[in-house]
Formats: sequence, C-alpha cells, structure tokens
Amino acid sequence: MSAFTSPARRLRGACAAGVRVVRKGWAIAAARYAIVLAIALLAYAVVLLLAGKNPLQAYSDTFSFTLGSWYGFSEVVVRMIPLLLTAIAVALPSKLGLINVGGEGQLYMGAWLATWGAITFTGLPAAVFIPLLIVLGFVGGGVWAAVAGFFRARGLVNETITTLLMNYVSPLIVGFFVYGTWRSREVGASAFPQSAAFPEAARLPRFFDTRIHLGLVLALILLLLFWFVLEKTAWGLKMRAIGGNPEAARRLGVRLGLYIIVAMFVAGGIAGLAGMAEVSALHGRLRAGFSPGYGFTGFLISWLAGGSPLGILTMSFVLAVVFSAGSLLQITQGVPFAAVNVLMALILFVVLMKPRLLGRLS
Amino acid sequence: MVVLRGITKRFPAVLANDQVDLDLHPGEVHALLGENGAGKSTLMKILYGFYSADCGEIKLQGDPVHIHSPHDARRLGIGMVFQTFTLIPAMTVAENAALYLPDLPPVVDTRRVAKQISSLGEKYGIQVSHRFPVRDLPIGDQQKVEILKLLVGRARVLIFDEATRVLAPHEIEGLFDIFERLKGDGYAIVFITHKMREVLACADRITVMRRGRIAGTLTRSEATESALVALMFGDAIPQEATSAPLPPAAPGSALLALRSVNTRPQGASTPLRDVCLEISQGEIVGVAGVSGNGQRELVDVILGLLPCAAGKRLLHGEDATSWSAGQIRASGVGFVPEDPLGMAVVPWMTLSQNAALGDVAAYARRGGLSLGWDRVRQDIVTSFAALEFEPLSLYAPVRTFSGGQLQRAVLARELGRRPRLLVASYPTRGLDVRSAAAARRVLVQLRNSGGGVLLVSEDLDELFSLSDRLVVLRRGRIVGAFRPGEVDRHEIGHLMTDSEVGE
Repeated sequence: MSAFTSPARRLRGACAAGVRVVRKGWAIAAARYAIVLAIALLAYAVVLLLAGKNPLQAYSDTFSFTLGSWYGFSEVVVRMIPLLLTAIAVALPSKLGLINVGGEGQLYMGAWLATWGAITFTGLPAAVFIPLLIVLGFVGGGVWAAVAGFFRARGLVNETITTLLMNYVSPLIVGFFVYGTWRSREVGASAFPQSAAFPEAARLPRFFDTRIHLGLVLALILLLLFWFVLEKTAWGLKMRAIGGNPEAARRLGVRLGLYIIVAMFVAGGIAGLAGMAEVSALHGRLRAGFSPGYGFTGFLISWLAGGSPLGILTMSFVLAVVFSAGSLLQITQGVPFAAVNVLMALILFVVLMKPRLLGRLS
Repeated sequence: MVVLRGITKRFPAVLANDQVDLDLHPGEVHALLGENGAGKSTLMKILYGFYSADCGEIKLQGDPVHIHSPHDARRLGIGMVFQTFTLIPAMTVAENAALYLPDLPPVVDTRRVAKQISSLGEKYGIQVSHRFPVRDLPIGDQQKVEILKLLVGRARVLIFDEATRVLAPHEIEGLFDIFERLKGDGYAIVFITHKMREVLACADRITVMRRGRIAGTLTRSEATESALVALMFGDAIPQEATSAPLPPAAPGSALLALRSVNTRPQGASTPLRDVCLEISQGEIVGVAGVSGNGQRELVDVILGLLPCAAGKRLLHGEDATSWSAGQIRASGVGFVPEDPLGMAVVPWMTLSQNAALGDVAAYARRGGLSLGWDRVRQDIVTSFAALEFEPLSLYAPVRTFSGGQLQRAVLARELGRRPRLLVASYPTRGLDVRSAAAARRVLVQLRNSGGGVLLVSEDLDELFSLSDRLVVLRRGRIVGAFRPGEVDRHEIGHLMTDSEVGE
C-alpha cells in the first residue's frame, strides 16, 4: 500500500513546495508594490502639507469614496478601462523592444474614427453598430501607430520620437473637427467644442446600473489574448526573440520589419479602442481634450508592471484609484486635478529607485 | 612588483577565481594560459579594478592597495588592453591617449600628448601616424594605439587580454618584438592567451590556470608543450580530432555560387567588390583575412542579410539574388557566428526556446497557435547526441552557458536541421581547446556527409588543417585562391595585409 501512496505523496509534496515558492514570489511582488506605494504616498503627504491641506483627511476621503462604496468602486473600474487598454498598447511593443509613447495620440485617433462612424451611419442597429465602432476605433489608433512602426521598420526614425510627437498632433485633429465640421448644432450642446451626440445604438452597453461598460470586457479579453499570443504561440516566440536579440532574430529569418509594423498597428488599435470606448460609452460624443492623459498613464502602468499581464491589471487598478482621487480631492480639498500628476511622478521616482531599495531589503 | 594573494571571486553560477596567488615581476612577460572560463580574464579584470574580488589582497611594490575601479588602477600604473578595443573611433590617436590620462587636465594639450606618443613610439618601435582618426587605422595599428595609450598614461604593468586574436602572423611577431623592448625598460607584462605556440614564443614565466585555480607556474626554461598541456587539462587531454581531411572528393554540384557580387558601402564596413566564389557539396572553403576586410559582408550576403548591389547569388543552382534571409535559411543554409550570444540566440531564453527559434515554421502547430515543444526538445537532444556533445539543460537561459557550451548549442541547433550549406564565421573564436576541437570535428563531419561549409577564420592553423580550398579576402576582394598544400602561412599572411597598389 505504502508503495502506491508514496509517489503520490511525494508528488503532492512537490506541488505544495511549488505552490509555496509561487506564493513566496507573490508575497515579494506584493510587498514590493506596497512599499513603492507607501513611499509615494508619504512623499505626496508632504506635498499636501506644504499646500496647507490635511493629508490624512485627503487619504481617508479618497479611500472611503473610491473603495468604501459600490458606486465609488464602480467609478474606479470605469477609470481602469482606458488605463488597461493603453497599458497593453505599450506592453505589446515593449516585448519587441519597441517603446510606444504614443498611447495618448492613438487613443484620440481611435475615438476620432469611431466618432466619424457614429455620426455618419446613424441608422444602423446596435448589433451592427457596436462591432463597426470597435473596428473603426481599432483601425484609427492602429494606422496612427503603424505610421511610426513603418518608419522604424525602414530604419528611418526611431518609434519613440515619432509616437511621442504624434501625440501632439492627434488632439489637434480631433479639435479641428469638433470646432469645425462636426460641431454639434443642438441647442445647448453647441456652446462647447463637441460633436453631435451618438445615436443610442452607437453607445456601448453598460452593466449593473453603473457606468462600467463593454470596454471592460474588451480590455480583459485583450489582456488574456496578449498573454496567450506572447507566451504560447509561434508569433509570440518570434516577437520575444526580436525583443531579446533583434540581430539573432534577423539572422534566423524572422521578418523584423513586418513584425514591427504589425505589432505597432495592433498596439495602436488597442489604444484606439480605449478612445472609442470613452467617447461611445461615457461621453456619448467626441469632445476636444476628453482624455486626462490616459495614454501617458498607460505607459507608466506598463512600465511599473514590467509588461506582465497581472501586473498591468493590478497597477491599472491602483492608478485608477489615484485618478479618482484626483477628481475627488479637487472637490473636497480644493487641490487642483493636476496635482495627481505629482503623485504619479512620485510613484515613478520610487519605482526608478526600486533596484537599490529592494537590494537593501533582501 | 605586483603581488596577488588569495584572490577569490564568485559569480552567481561559478567560482571564477579560487584562492589565486600570482606574482608579477618587472622586466618580465608573464603569460596566463588556460582554457576559456579558467578565470584568466577575471583575475586580470580584478587587478584592473573592473571587478572587485570577494576576498584576497593586492600589493603593489610591497604596499597593500585597494583597487575599486579602473580609474584607481590607472593611477597606480596598471593598464589593460581588452579583447575588444576601447578606442573612440572618431578621435585621433592623441585624443584617445589624452582621454586615458589618469589626471586629465581641464584644458587638454593634445600637442604635448602627440609629442609624447612619437617619442615613446620611437623608443619602443611602435610607429603609428597619430594625426588621423583611429577609425582610419588598420586593426594592427589600433592595437598599437592601445599600447601607446597605456604608456602615455604612465602604466608600468601592462595586461594584454587575447591580444593576438586580430593580428596576422607577422603582426604577432611585431607585437612580441614590442614586448621585448618594453621588458628591457622594466615594464611588467601580462599576456593572457590560450594559444600554446604564442606562449612559448614570448613568455618568460608561464602560469597555467584551470577552473579558477592556479594549476602551476613554470619559467620559460622549464616549459615544454606537453608539460603545459598536462597542466591545462589535468588528466583529460583533449584529442585534436579531425585534421587530415579526406583527399578532395570529386567536386559535387555547386551549392552556392557568387557571381561578381558587389555590396553597397555602409558606414565603416568594407563593401565586397567583384567577389566570385563557389562552394560545392562535400567541401570546406576557408576564408582567410584580417578581420574587417569584408568577411562579415561576405557572410551576410550569403545569408541574405545584405543585398547584392551588383552580381548574382545562386543557391542550389537557382537564382537566389532576391531571396530573403528567411527563404535562404529555409532552403537549407545554416550559420554559426563568431558571437553566438549576440548573433544566434536570445540570451534570456532557454535552450529549448532558442532551438525552436531555429525553425519556428517546422515546430508551429495549428497554424502557429501553439508550438510542438516535445518535438523541439526531442530534436535538440537527438542532435546533441548525434554530435557526441554532453547534454545541456534545456530549461536554463542560454546566457548562463559558457562560451563553449553556447557554441555547441548553436552547432547542435544548426546541424539538427541537416543544412546543405553551413556558413561558419569564426566558429572557434574564444573557445577553449576542447570546444574548438569539437566544433572543427562537426564541420568535417558535415563535409564528409556531403554538405558544403564556408569557414571564415583568423586562425591560419585551423584554415590549413580543415579547408579543401582557401581564399584570401582583402578590402572586400578575393586576392588569392589556393589549395592549402600550395602555400605556406607567411605567403598567406602577406596576402592578407599588403596594401594594394593604387589605393
């Protein structure tokens, strides 16, 4: 009998040990994030004190209004959707060693093309309209990013520069249209630079009586796909090879240029979806300057998470809380919204210090 | 002059130096001999402050010193010439030397430095024209600049890490002459190498290292080749396999033919000019030449990484001038580069992942949605066995392998695909004797089973013993083609370096 049980027990033992190792890894990762946050919050408290605000009050307000109520929590999730998408848009090219700083611009272009669809084909039923918007949002952001990918693939311009600079162009394109031909003619609405309202069929469905919308499902599916494609497929292997050693990949016959352009297209498309979801689900129309810098925050998230899917999920949530805190503190404490940037910058600084910090810890 | 005691250095996976003691004397060439990975370079990099030792002490002229950085080492008069030169290509010789001064003044008087260079150069027979940017100098001269740089910086201990790697035979002799003169002026010279012939030619004292320890120190008079080999390998003396190629078989059909191929000049590279080359089944074609004379371009053209600006590339009898690198690889061309870590593998990926990268299309399942990892592992294990290599861990990132292990992994991957043509670019560079012998054996095996091999090498012994035919590249042209028996090393050496009339 014991002869039968012992291998099984040994196996179970090994599994348990494996789980313990994994758990330990998790604990370290969690502790790492917690320490980073704690230091950043501490430093931000000093900033708040200097501004004559009460940091304890500010933090407890933030906590109770974001995580303390169902409504607050749902709003955090709403904030999280564009952050998740733009973070994937940065993480995917980063696996090929590309630095996509253009999430913000790609987000605007996705929203722009989707809006064109929404106000042009007004008569469509929702079952057609929603997929159409998804395609348009994807193509809008995708083409915008593929331009940078093309120039990089031809060895002409570095994608970091092009994507960064193109960020300044796309909000202006959106502005050009919403101040001009697309400007709403409705009474009341026409006072603002915004497009006509989307038809009801062009609004992404929302769930649970909150503002949480279809974008969340899209984002989670894409996050899963991102992981699957990179870790499991032949293309993922090639992409990681490009990121790991482009010289070797080229010599092994991988078509670098093609992969760079396609990866940039897909990444831009994902950022474009974020823009499409924002205007379709939340605003219901295209507004000039509708994004409070989601694209840039997505870059920060991908960077903090080191491109890992679970890290992206976690950090998106944390930064969504930070974003919500921004609007909240504006109301309760009179801190300008831009002060959130100070907190984000602090988080970034702490992360940059991370290696040394953790070296001392372990 | 310099005394090292109990130097120990541990890297994550290996003990690179274990309680090493070493004495360097002025006026002496001290050779450090050993296989790759024996810890020679690590030891010297500790002396130069590039690494810091875990324990042990360094004494200079009897006083204990702490060397935390190359800057400290330079101030103490210790200089090092690395395997890859550390010159700034766009700067002149004098500027490079000034940059190296331990006490660089705020306003640099390059003219004074240049004067110093010419007087030092005259004294030790190191002539370099110092008005030109370093990038315009041939490799041999660049090395002289490295030496002058150290002398101007008042180094008294000179460390040479594999200094002869990039030199032609007569240039090596020139280097040894320079050693002689420096020795006469009381410089202490350390010469790191794994080539027996060179050690016996220039060293006064020879220390052999094996697996991080000192295996023994001999003076020149005590040293014989067999004694050194015994020290280097202990009991396990490698058998230099191969050599004695079969008598040239009846030439098979041509696998590769280059017809007057030219390439476009790009940056500092040497474009190919009117290169005609054929490789048939069952032959090894050796390419001799000083590094940087178009070898890389030749290899890249064959592999499809560089387009032919003019001329034709034929593979297996078909016009392959416009084929992509992927098509050429798929047609049965494999390659073994000089720097496998930089050119053939993704360092942080595992051996099996890198093996899969060798032929992703063949291992893709369900249209690429997944990969046949079992097949990958089976193939690479089979290939290791077929080549009689010791198996390696399939799940370790390849950057943890030693140079020799890595080269074996690349050979196993490439040979596992049964290539019709193998392009081997310096396949034994930096390998220890055992790994190099294994790599050579594999090339000969492939040739004997009907494959074609292009062998680019700077090791003339290797070229002579393996090649069925030999071509010499200089400045992107093929300046000679022989059978190995028809010429001797010095003739080839001169063909490699002589400047062409009218250029």
